[in-house]
Amino acid sequence: MGSLFRSEEMALCQLFLQSEAAYACVSELGELGLVQFRDLNPDVNAFQRKFVNEVRRCDEMERKLRYLEKEIKKDGIPMLDTGESPEAPQPREMIDLEATFEKLENELREVNQNAEALKRNFLELTELKHILRKTQVFFDEQEGGLNHTTESMTRALITDEVRTAGASMGPVQLGFMEKSIEREDYLPCFVAGVISREKLPAFERMLWRACRGNVFLRQAMIESPLEDPTNGDQVYKSVFIIFFQGDQLKTRVKKICEGFRATLYPCPEAPADRREMAMGVMTRIEDLNTVLGQTQDHRHRVLVAAAKNLKNWFVKVRKIKAIYHTLNLFNLDVTQKCLIAECWVPLLDIETIQLALRRGTERSGSSVPPILNRMQTFENPPTYNRTNKFTKAFQALIDAYGVASYREMNPAPYTIITFPFLFAVMFGDLGHGAIMALFGLWMIRKEKGLAAQKTDNEIWNIFFGGRYIIFLMGVFSMYTGLIYNDIFSKSLNIFGSHWHLSYNKSTVWNNKYLQLSPATSDYEGTPYPFGMDPIWQVASSNKIVFQNAYKMKISIIFGVLHMIFGVIMSWHNHTYFRNRLSLLYEFIPQLLFLVVLFFYLVLLMFIKWNRYAATNEFPMTEACAPSILITFIDMVLFKKSKPPGLHCNTYMFAGQSFFQTVFVLIALACIPVMLLGKPIKIMQARKLANVQPITGASDAEVGGMSNGGGSHGGGGEHHDEEEMSEIFIHQGIHTIEYVLGSVSHTASYLRLWALSLAHAQLAEVLWSMVLSLGLNKEGWLGGIFLTVVFAFWAVLTVGILVLMEGLSAFLHTLRLHWVEFQSKFYMGHGYAFQPFSFDTIIENGGAVTETE
Amino acid sequence: MGAAVLPILFFTSLWAAVGIGGSIITPHGPQRKLIQCILMLTAGCCWLFWLCCYMAQMNPLIGPRLSRRAIQIIADSWDMPIKEG
Repeated sequence: MGSLFRSEEMALCQLFLQSEAAYACVSELGELGLVQFRDLNPDVNAFQRKFVNEVRRCDEMERKLRYLEKEIKKDGIPMLDTGESPEAPQPREMIDLEATFEKLENELREVNQNAEALKRNFLELTELKHILRKTQVFFDEQEGGLNHTTESMTRALITDEVRTAGASMGPVQLGFMEKSIEREDYLPCFVAGVISREKLPAFERMLWRACRGNVFLRQAMIESPLEDPTNGDQVYKSVFIIFFQGDQLKTRVKKICEGFRATLYPCPEAPADRREMAMGVMTRIEDLNTVLGQTQDHRHRVLVAAAKNLKNWFVKVRKIKAIYHTLNLFNLDVTQKCLIAECWVPLLDIETIQLALRRGTERSGSSVPPILNRMQTFENPPTYNRTNKFTKAFQALIDAYGVASYREMNPAPYTIITFPFLFAVMFGDLGHGAIMALFGLWMIRKEKGLAAQKTDNEIWNIFFGGRYIIFLMGVFSMYTGLIYNDIFSKSLNIFGSHWHLSYNKSTVWNNKYLQLSPATSDYEGTPYPFGMDPIWQVASSNKIVFQNAYKMKISIIFGVLHMIFGVIMSWHNHTYFRNRLSLLYEFIPQLLFLVVLFFYLVLLMFIKWNRYAATNEFPMTEACAPSILITFIDMVLFKKSKPPGLHCNTYMFAGQSFFQTVFVLIALACIPVMLLGKPIKIMQARKLANVQPITGASDAEVGGMSNGGGSHGGGGEHHDEEEMSEIFIHQGIHTIEYVLGSVSHTASYLRLWALSLAHAQLAEVLWSMVLSLGLNKEGWLGGIFLTVVFAFWAVLTVGILVLMEGLSAFLHTLRLHWVEFQSKFYMGHGYAFQPFSFDTIIENGGAVTETE
Repeated sequence: MGAAVLPILFFTSLWAAVGIGGSIITPHGPQRKLIQCILMLTAGCCWLFWLCCYMAQMNPLIGPRLSRRAIQIIADSWDMPIKEG
């Protein structure tokens, strides 16, 4: 059958594989993606399994590839992604791959190391260059003074600093001044170095405090940032020079420098030496630059070559890893000659799987064919719904609530239409629907291109995944929008309104409001053929009264039909699982309850629409139309309601009172049947079974029923019978849930009306408060104003009315399906079929590692 | 009874064509049943939705209450001139 209505029939199979053919066979099955393997050594530690070594090696290879990928990304080299998936390589090819990766990794590491060393060297030289350049300025300033006494030099520096206080040279430790003048014979020394700029203030303060102001520091910024060789960051640094006296201070200063990670460089005192050194540094920097360039070129070449194959390698390694990981789930035969696997397979695909196995055997050159053996089991098989790109999103909506029990009716195929439709009842607007439908259509048309560019943007992925839902929601919203006759809160007058004006000029001038009368020729006698008459859109004062009556009614009509549909689905489940007890004592009273109360309510609505008219003879006029809600409440309370007007009839048709009494009595009678029917029958069956040992069939039937029809055809696993009291309690809960639920769920469908009303009103407010402002202005200024206002209106329309209202309507629709519809028949106790498939493994990247 | 035969016949047969006719001509294939289900549900929902709207207006109990401005605009643009006098 292979359809979406029920999950696929599954079989538990045993698979015997020759040791040498196992790898190739599993590889073929992985390409196929139709087999779910079971772990046969659940109590064996992950580290003690047979192929743990191979998995390790794959992990190592993957790590190397990730390293390569990181380096490639760092250099911004495009990676070739052909999208094709190479077959899993033979196990012996693994060694070649390993060797290649090893070589690449070593080469890259070596290159990186060299580059780092070179860069460090380069940094040092650059810093030295800056020191020489900056200190030159310091030394130059004492030119003209004595060139052998550093005292005068210091003094010159200080006076200079005093003179140009606040200049770019930065602050000077002036506390030294008086002392330096007092002392005559001291040995001046200095150190020069480089420190990162943000550490400088702290450094300065530290020096001042530790040396009690006996040092003299000058600093200058290096304008261009320098590259940190270890992590490639750009750092701003400053050159400093410290003058001090004596060895004690010297060691102290050096220690402080060390502590602040300042690098010190030798700086000759004589200008000639400095110049010579600067020359030397320049030539060395140039040499280094060429060498560095060559290293970078080499690295680039290596990476470009690797980038071509990287994706391919990733796929290969992940496939190998997945295969070994799967092989680890297998059991080893006593003879060590063959591996035994247990797997769930869809019954329909056994042929294809056998074909794949044969291919695998041929590829490995083994002579013994693998054996696929069906097993009998009492376990619940996994739920497998074969979906395509269209049905996938709808199935996902259902699975988000709970995966269907095995072979249970799947609501997804019905949801494909009912979901967008109920959404559209709330979202009905031709314009908003068109925006949504066009967005969906655009995603569907560009499907391949959009799917190829994978992004991590979760919101986009959700939209893209639900593109068919969005499209259908949009299309249905367009239809309901046409029926509501709403397009951005305005109406279309396609067929010509069926209401006519017959007023005189004076009447119009004398009355602020005029109400057309349905009893006269104002109304043509037949309604507008398609949807709401456009005149209601302009009848701003009683449009809502009219539309509320209409929209509330359709909400209840569709809600009740939706629920009845759900109950009928439970009939399909009961017949399929041969659950006669549930069919008789659950389905029938449930349906009866819903029909006699709520479907009757729906019928009343149609009767009211049909029988009461303004043009009718007296008792059937608009003044005598009874309120359906009051009628319904009085019906349940066995009360005779008051007639809506003087001399009116309470009832809509002859014998209504009698029918209503009968209906309520039937509904009340349904409750004890739902409550007690099944438990009593089970009790009787058990008593009979105790008296005389009964055949397996009926016993299994009872067993199957007591666990809610979970297993098909003799569910043996839950053979230990539930306590009778528990069955009673369960049934009681179910009954209360159903009876109260029918009432509250019916009321819950009124959200269709509420949201639809809110949506229409919001759209109207937006039009009258925003866009009509722009439309009312005249002249060329009005044109400009309208452009601005239109932009504002368009943004609000898309942002609030389409996106946010759409989201809220979506969530309400989801709730109506999950709670109101699915609670009538859906168990959702199953677990999903997760086949071993390379496609999903590669898509999820390292998902296998996580499951380990 | 304010029903006109023509629109009812037209829209009913239109959705019947989608629901029943469409399901009959659905090509044979693995997804045939699904497509039929989709078509029938679409037709059912859309037809009923249209019908409800039609029936709600069939015998109106109230008439639209129009403001003076709305009456003037309707008279102008929908070609329903207001009588002299």
